[in-house]
Order: sequence, then C-alpha cells, then structure tokens
Amino acid sequence: MKRLMALLVILFAPAFAGTLPAKVRIVSTLDDFSSIAESIGGDLVEADSLAKGYQDPHFVDAKPSFILKLSRADLLIVAGLELEIGYLPPLIDQSRNARIHPGNPGYLDVSTGCEILQRPTGQVTRAMGDVHPFGNPHYWLDPDNGRIIARSVAAKLSELDPGNRATYEKNLAAFEAKLAEKDREWLAKLAPFTGAEIITFHNSWPNFAKHFRLNVVGNIEPKPGIPPTPSHTLEIINLIKSRNVRAILVEPYFDLKTPKFVAGKTGATALVFYPSVRGTPEIKDYFAIFDVDVEALAKVLGGKNR
Amino acid sequence: MTRRSFRGLAATFVVLSALAPAAAQDQPPPASAEEVRLLRQEIEALKAQVQALTAQIGALGAPAAVPPPEAAPAPPEFAAPAAAPSQTSNYFNPSIAAIGNFLGVGGSNHTENLPSMSLRESEVSLQAVVDPYARADFFLSFAEEGVEVEEGFASFTTLPGGLLAKVGRMRPAFGKINTLHLHVLPWVDEPLPLVNFLGGDEGWVGTGVSVARMIPLPGDIFSEVTLQAFRGEAEGLFEAPSRGDLAYNGHYRIFSDLTEASNLDVGLSYAQGPNGLTDHSDTRLEGVDATFRWKPLRTATYRSASLRGEYVRSRKELLAETETAGGWFLSGEYQLAKRWFAGARVERADRADDAALQDRGLAAILTFWPSEFSQLRGELRRRTYASGETADEALFQIQFAIGAHGAHPF
Repeated sequence: MKRLMALLVILFAPAFAGTLPAKVRIVSTLDDFSSIAESIGGDLVEADSLAKGYQDPHFVDAKPSFILKLSRADLLIVAGLELEIGYLPPLIDQSRNARIHPGNPGYLDVSTGCEILQRPTGQVTRAMGDVHPFGNPHYWLDPDNGRIIARSVAAKLSELDPGNRATYEKNLAAFEAKLAEKDREWLAKLAPFTGAEIITFHNSWPNFAKHFRLNVVGNIEPKPGIPPTPSHTLEIINLIKSRNVRAILVEPYFDLKTPKFVAGKTGATALVFYPSVRGTPEIKDYFAIFDVDVEALAKVLGGKNR
Repeated sequence: MTRRSFRGLAATFVVLSALAPAAAQDQPPPASAEEVRLLRQEIEALKAQVQALTAQIGALGAPAAVPPPEAAPAPPEFAAPAAAPSQTSNYFNPSIAAIGNFLGVGGSNHTENLPSMSLRESEVSLQAVVDPYARADFFLSFAEEGVEVEEGFASFTTLPGGLLAKVGRMRPAFGKINTLHLHVLPWVDEPLPLVNFLGGDEGWVGTGVSVARMIPLPGDIFSEVTLQAFRGEAEGLFEAPSRGDLAYNGHYRIFSDLTEASNLDVGLSYAQGPNGLTDHSDTRLEGVDATFRWKPLRTATYRSASLRGEYVRSRKELLAETETAGGWFLSGEYQLAKRWFAGARVERADRADDAALQDRGLAAILTFWPSEFSQLRGELRRRTYASGETADEALFQIQFAIGAHGAHPF
C-alpha cells in the first residue's frame, strides 16, 4: 500500500506542481520598484524591470521585447506622473494582457499616496521645458515615500495573492523596520550639512533634498530637458562662487563635460549621483541607493575630496 | 482683515510651527508635570484666541481661507492640477495634439515638382480609450487645402489568444516605413521604393481590418504575425472593379535584442490586390525589411545609431504579361550629440509598370531637435529619374508639435 502511495505521488507530483499557485510575476518600469517588490514578495514573486538603473527614465525605447515581458506579467508597477508617457502606453496596448491595463487590478501606480513635490499650480506651458504637469516624478528618492511605495506594493500583493497575505505583511514590517534604522544612519551622516546648498544636473532631487534638508539652488540644465547653454553655465558658475556651493550632483546618464567644467572653474565637486537601483553595480537594492549616495555626498560636503 | 488680527494669526502660526518640529524630534527632554500643565494652559489660551480670530474674520466677511501649514501631508490621490469646475466634463476628452510640417525646397526638379514652400501637412491626432475593451486613434491630415483621414481605427486590446485587432482606416503593415507617419520618418521624404510601388508620396493607406498574433520564440525573441484585409482600393496602387475584390496584406516580424545596447528588427511582407486593369488582374508585392539599432543605455540620449533597409518586389499583371519590378533603399543615421543627428540614404526603384525604367537617389540629412517638440531638418538630395533628368535639390523642413505628449516612435 505504501509503495502504491509513493508511486502515485511520483506520478502525480508534476500535475500537482502545475496547479500550485505560481509566483506572482511583477514587471516594474524602474528597478527601484522591483527591488521594493522583491523585499515584500520574497520567494513568492518574480520581479523584472524595463528601464535600467543607469538609463534616463524619461527616454526608454518601446522595444517589442518589453511587450513580451508585459504579456506575462501579473502585476505592472509604474512611477506614474507621466514619467513613462513616452514609451509605456503603446507597450501596454500591445501586451495582450488585460490584467495590467490601467484601472485593472494588475496595474499599480505607486505615486499614489506619496508626497509629490513641485506640482504646478499656475499655468503650465512647454516654454518651461519638459515639465511634468502632475508634479516631480522622482519621488522615490525620499525614503519616506519608499515606505509608502512598499505599503502600496504589499497591499496590492495581498489583494492579488490573498493566501500569502501574512507573509507580505511580515516582510513589509521587516522592510519598514530596516528602512527606519537605515534612515537614522543616513540622516545622521548628513546632519552636519543641514541646509547645505547643492546644484543638480536635472531636477531629479527635490524629494531627496527635502528629506535630507539640503537646498537645491540651481540646475545645470537651464530648463528640464534642455541641454546646458553657455550663458546659463556662466550663471551657475557665478552662483556657485557667490554662495560657496560644494557639490554638483549628476545623474549617471548625463554628460559630465559641463559639470566638470563648472567644477574646474569653481572648486566645487561634480559627483555622479545615482537615482536608481543598479545605477552602478554596487547599488543592489533600494537601501543601497541611499547608502552609496549619502556616503559620497557626505564626503564631498565634508571636504574630504578636495 | 485688520492689521491687529493678522498679527495675532501670524503669531499663532509661529507658535504652532515652532511646536510642530519640536513634536517631531525623536527624544524630547522629559517634561515635568508642572511644565505640561503650563503648556496645556497656553494651548487652551491659543485655541480660544484662534476661535475668536476666526469669528472676527467671518464677521468681516473675508473668506476664511487659512493657508495650510507647510508640512501638510500630501493628498492620497493626486488631483488634476488646478482644474476649474467647468472643465469636469472634459475629463474624458481624448488626448489632442497637432503637428505642423513645413517644407521649403530649393533647386529644380521637373519630375517631382514640389512647391517652393508649403505647409505640407498639419496632422491632428485624437486618442483615447473607448471602454475596457478598446481604444481609438484618429489622425487627421490637413493639407493646405482639404482634409483626409490618414488613420482612424479602433484597437481591441483585450482579446484572448494573444490577438490584437484593429478596425478602420490604417497604414498597412507592409514593411516598416509604410506604417510610419510622414513626420516620424528619419528623412524629409518617402524613399523611392515606397513612391514607385506603394502608391506614391503618401504610401499605402487602407480601410479594413487587421488581426495580429504574438508568437513568442524561444530565447525571449518577439515575433508577430499580422493579417490584414482592406477594401480593394488604394490610391495609385489598387483599384477594384467590384465590391468583392479585396486587398490583403500579411506581415511577419521578428525582433530580438542582440545585446543590451543593440537590437535587430526583421520583417517579411506580402500583399495582393486588384489593380483594375482587367477584371482579374492583380498586383502582388513582396517585401523584406530590416532595422538594426545601437544605443548604449547609459548615454542613450547622447549617442545612438541605426541602419535600416527595405527591399520591395512588385509583380503587376498588365493586359498581356506580368511586369516584375524591384526596388530598395538603405539608410543610416548617427546621433552626433544630444540634439544632432546625421544621416544618409541610397535608394533605387524600377517603375511598377515598366521595369526597364529606373529611378535612383542619394541623400544626406542633418537633423537638429531644439526640444522634444520641434525639429529642424535639412536634406540634400540627388535623384536621377528614368527620364534622364538629374535633379539636385535642397529640402528644408521644420516640424513643431503641440498638445499631448505622444509616445516616441520606435
């Protein structure tokens, strides 16, 4: 009898395996959300992303290989605020996957609930450059928003996969605890530089600056999306000199030529600053973005790099 | 509001905002019971003051609009920016955009005699989701005189079986360039094989139905089969003597990422339709297209290159015999800097009616994008026509887009 049972188990095991709930397949537009989703989902999810961490998230090509990824997704996580407007809508339409269409349960816009800065209140025209009428879309660079994103993801995973709700909740609690602990470290490292004035290449860092009490006084870009012009660069040089700004933060996907020129003229440091997971191989998860950036910035502001 | 009451309010806010960060600090010094009592008293007094002042404001008839404290929490749902109540009925309006395409031409050409200056096209697009099952896209093309529907179709995006259907007027998936609108081409003009075999300057536009099925191949290679049936009439290409004569198109596309920075897109096309010369005469078209793209992701907005080409063969049944003609183009584009692109194109195509007649062309293109929404392009073009004429021309194009931000073409 026992032998018969064993035989039956062996014979039907593959069939049972097939009926076991498979992993929740997540596709995020950014590695940052995939990283958070992996923290919450653990072994229960399989997360993939479209844009690379060292790629300008505004300009991602709508490659058909992304259609394949989306066609198999149970959950699509997006930044929203029109950050993905240039490539995502046609990919979703061609995905043949109704689950992830906006408005359906498999579509999650994690900007919901986050603190969004620089939402224009007056008239918006493109004379201002490539502005985002719904507010600055680089909001995940505030750990407080990271916590809200994690909560949204946990709630969504519990909705899609209610059987594992307890695990998602446990992992969320662990994520929040680690984030709180890490955040204290980060804040402590930058505390000596409260109110420090910085220049950034693109307007990607308002949330970061707010959280760490820094003051962004100018951008290398004269207007969002418009490359540096000589007159604006001169203005920035004068600004840096007059206010003794020490750091110029440059996203990895921008040309370092102008920031380095400005740095050379002023004595400030042009620092490659990573806005996303895997922006550099060292940044393996959401926490590491701040580990790396905070460490580097503290060094520059502390004057050890000079 | 009187100056005194304003001062009182301001003082209240100073006190409140001073309290807020204090409360947020991690480890406040332990307060004695006496201190707590005093603070309570003070808060009660302030509350009374705020109430009195609010009443005062109300009595003055001023709107009781109190600016929220600076650290107000973000609203959970993002609201549309500053939408006036009167606009609420516009929420479901489609995304609207208009693109102007201005062309100036210098030099002389007696075969393709373009005007010296023209607003060649003003394209208005209206795009929105219809319901949970479909979306609709309209592209209305306004010439200087007259309008035509360049495309207008519904896409059914939630069909089972990996299918995607489109119904309406659309640019058939014959090759790659024919599916693209004039304003997204990497050149000022359509290449010769499209002009000679697909119905002229505007290419082939058909009215009918299209069904596409995705067939994933091993190794995460994307492939898709598209089958399309159109009314048997298309300007300069098909002409149907009777209603039952339809035009058909089939396209198979394979796309593969070669590396993270490069990819290859290959397509095979076959189309057939009545040419109207006799009751049963057809024109058959076969095509091969290939596009290679290179774009290192880290410097994607500064440096990229692409190489593309198409070959088209036309077999047109004339009164007595079948005329077989062929044509191709090969084109490359290189991004020099964030906003600068240089390109070149070689093209050659027989005439569909008489393969002994061949047109040839060479072109060099320089494009500058002041922003994502405008584009300046110059093209130096030499075309040698079957008639023997060699035309050297300079084409200058300015394009400008307003309205909704569309997806970038790929």
